[in-house]
Amino acid sequence: MSRIVGIDLGTTNSLVAYVDEKTGLPRVIPDRDGQVLLPSIVSFTGEGVLVGAAAKRQLVRRPASTVYSVKRLMGRGYEDVKEELCYLPFKVLPCEGIVKIQIEGRDVTPPEVSAIVLKSLKERAETHFGEPIEKAVVTVPAYFNDSQRQATKDAGRIAGLDVVRIVNEPTAASLAYGLQRIREGLVAVYDLGGGTFDISILRVKDGIFEVLATNGNTHLGGDDFDRAIVLELLEDIREKHNVYLGRDLEAMQELRLAAEAAKMRLSADERTVLTIPFDGFTYHREIARADLERLIERLVDSTLAPCRMALADAGLAPSDVDEVVLVGGSTRVPLVRRRVQELFGKTPHSQLNPDEVVALGAAVQAHILAGGITNMLLLDVTPLSLGIETLGGIVSVLIPRNTTIPTNARELFTTSVDGQRVVDMHVVQGERELAKDCRSLARFELSGIDPMPAGMPKIEVVFLIDANGILNVTATELRSQKAAAIEVKPTYGLSETDVDRMVEESFTYAEADVEARLLIETRNEADTVITHVERALAQGRQLIDDDEYRSIAAALATLKDARATSDRDRIRDATTAMNRATEHLAELMMDAALKGALASRRADEIMEK
Amino acid sequence: MDHFEVFGLPRRLGIDTGELQRKFYELSRRGHPDFHQGAPAERQAEILEASARLNAAYRALRDPIARIEYLVRLEEGRDTREGATVKPKAPPELLEEMFEIQEALQEAQSSGQPGGLEAGATETLVAQRERLRARHEQEEARLRGPLSQAWDAAGPAERAGALTAFKESLAVRAYLRTVIDDIDEALGRSQEGYVSHRRH
Repeated sequence: MSRIVGIDLGTTNSLVAYVDEKTGLPRVIPDRDGQVLLPSIVSFTGEGVLVGAAAKRQLVRRPASTVYSVKRLMGRGYEDVKEELCYLPFKVLPCEGIVKIQIEGRDVTPPEVSAIVLKSLKERAETHFGEPIEKAVVTVPAYFNDSQRQATKDAGRIAGLDVVRIVNEPTAASLAYGLQRIREGLVAVYDLGGGTFDISILRVKDGIFEVLATNGNTHLGGDDFDRAIVLELLEDIREKHNVYLGRDLEAMQELRLAAEAAKMRLSADERTVLTIPFDGFTYHREIARADLERLIERLVDSTLAPCRMALADAGLAPSDVDEVVLVGGSTRVPLVRRRVQELFGKTPHSQLNPDEVVALGAAVQAHILAGGITNMLLLDVTPLSLGIETLGGIVSVLIPRNTTIPTNARELFTTSVDGQRVVDMHVVQGERELAKDCRSLARFELSGIDPMPAGMPKIEVVFLIDANGILNVTATELRSQKAAAIEVKPTYGLSETDVDRMVEESFTYAEADVEARLLIETRNEADTVITHVERALAQGRQLIDDDEYRSIAAALATLKDARATSDRDRIRDATTAMNRATEHLAELMMDAALKGALASRRADEIMEK
Repeated sequence: MDHFEVFGLPRRLGIDTGELQRKFYELSRRGHPDFHQGAPAERQAEILEASARLNAAYRALRDPIARIEYLVRLEEGRDTREGATVKPKAPPELLEEMFEIQEALQEAQSSGQPGGLEAGATETLVAQRERLRARHEQEEARLRGPLSQAWDAAGPAERAGALTAFKESLAVRAYLRTVIDDIDEALGRSQEGYVSHRRH
């Protein structure tokens, strides 16, 4: 069996991992520069498509064509996301049930953007192994519905990956922990990432990881913490500097990145200072951890209700849980840890890096599927009830939430009018009684029924939720034992032909020369450094003597010359030399609490770690 | 193959759940699709089908009440859920109280401001919910205990009677559940972070 890698396709960062045959342990694969996390960001520039850290550097420069947090849009309709669109600098439009992102001269769907991230990880793995990689296990939030899972699978296909399994993130994490860290018993996995929240309750026994219940919110995460900080900063800036930056895309990106960096620093420090240079003024603000906690408390507390519901569904009290595991970057926030500890009454585990543990678990599941592990088995559940709309818009539940998958349900359908040849059904997911309050998955049309008096035909429809949590429907006319024809119209999703077309297109775009892309990245990096140095010299000239000024100016001139060539190594060396030449100046500016000009650059560095 | 047969069990309600779980894990280990990824497509389809059947069987049998609901369906020869919903029926001894609760609920819902219910109404509803929960628990205990034992002990002639008793009791339970859910919803709207979440 060919090699299968495990991929965590995150809201903020993505990673790829595999199980080392020698040690039997999962390992993440770093990129050329030793970085493990690939920022889930894609920038569409006139010269080509950038992904990861290179795209991240475009956030401020090209806000309208740099796409981030696209996971929040996967498998969603316009109505689902329209309220948060005002926070996104790129344009999102409705498009036949789903949404598309409008970039200069090109429209892309969320699966296509995710495909670019997946493709980059695929290439990273291929470089590492020196062989083509065609199969992957990809993780999704446990609370993802059918459309969101399908969209993730589509993204894999567009990237040229056969997604052999969609695995839930918290359960993947439990597999990684299960290899070595946790005892047998009842385990709660609390997973708060960049954009999604999951809680899963598992029973671990004899190598079997049985999920008892899962709950969550696919629209809650670190992004929302950042947003709460940004809103506060916007108000503060309005008061202090009498200017409202809410409609300035570039300023908003600066604010968002600064807020994110400040939030991260406050996980270790009691207080931190934000310094952001804007046109005409530099904004300073001190934030204490208590301030942050006041801003995000409501969001953190809103994760507790899903925890209680999952426990109730599992028939457990919080104190029954033997082990609590924290997953996702946002669980570094001290308030989150406190709340989880209070709820379960025990210290949670966080020995494994919360950014990496999901990818490690995906690698374990990949190894199980490849036949490399035979003593571990994951039994997951479907997070949402599946039902069909019946008379009066009432939902009849066929498969209740928290049913172990794969699972199926059968239902008999018949006709209501003499000679009727077609029967429609509307499949929904959710916990509400009325179909209109649930998530519409698809409309199915059973056709080719032989004309008979009403009620005579008997069509058995089998609803199968596979191990990916994705619905498959088949139908048989019982009288003739003939498979009935089914036409599926997914409510939120790409059609088969759409995906095929995107697979084609992705090849055309991917053929762009790798070397050319690397050159663009290197040039962009140089541009960023040049901008920052020029700003620093303008603001911090008085802090350094003439010798130092001259050596910085010389390094700057060298870098600019190098930038004009197509020699990637030369540009990179000049950039490194430039950074070294300004180290002292940067320190002085920091000391003087005037770190303004280099702050966002520094923030970038801190965040990339 | 019915759910009892999947586990090699007779059609009886007295089941040792620890033993059932052990068997479930053993059968999963043997037949889970994860361990048969290399099999030909046709074989994989069979494995998937068998795995789905095992999971459905475990779910139906592990919970004593779900077990009864399944048994009733099976005994009545309904393999699908068509017409399976037991019509909720108000428990006769509570009829009057039920009527009052429904009325209070409607009143609370139409007059209550979006912010929540009045303190007095909340208190009444909470107290009534407690009573209904106790009654619900009592009905489930009856289903799990004496009624289940009656079925297991019944000869062929007494089975019809035992089934009728199940159906009546399930209908009462469903009714209580609905009213409790309605009260939950009315009370929940005034609580932060509340998500409407039905039980099945």
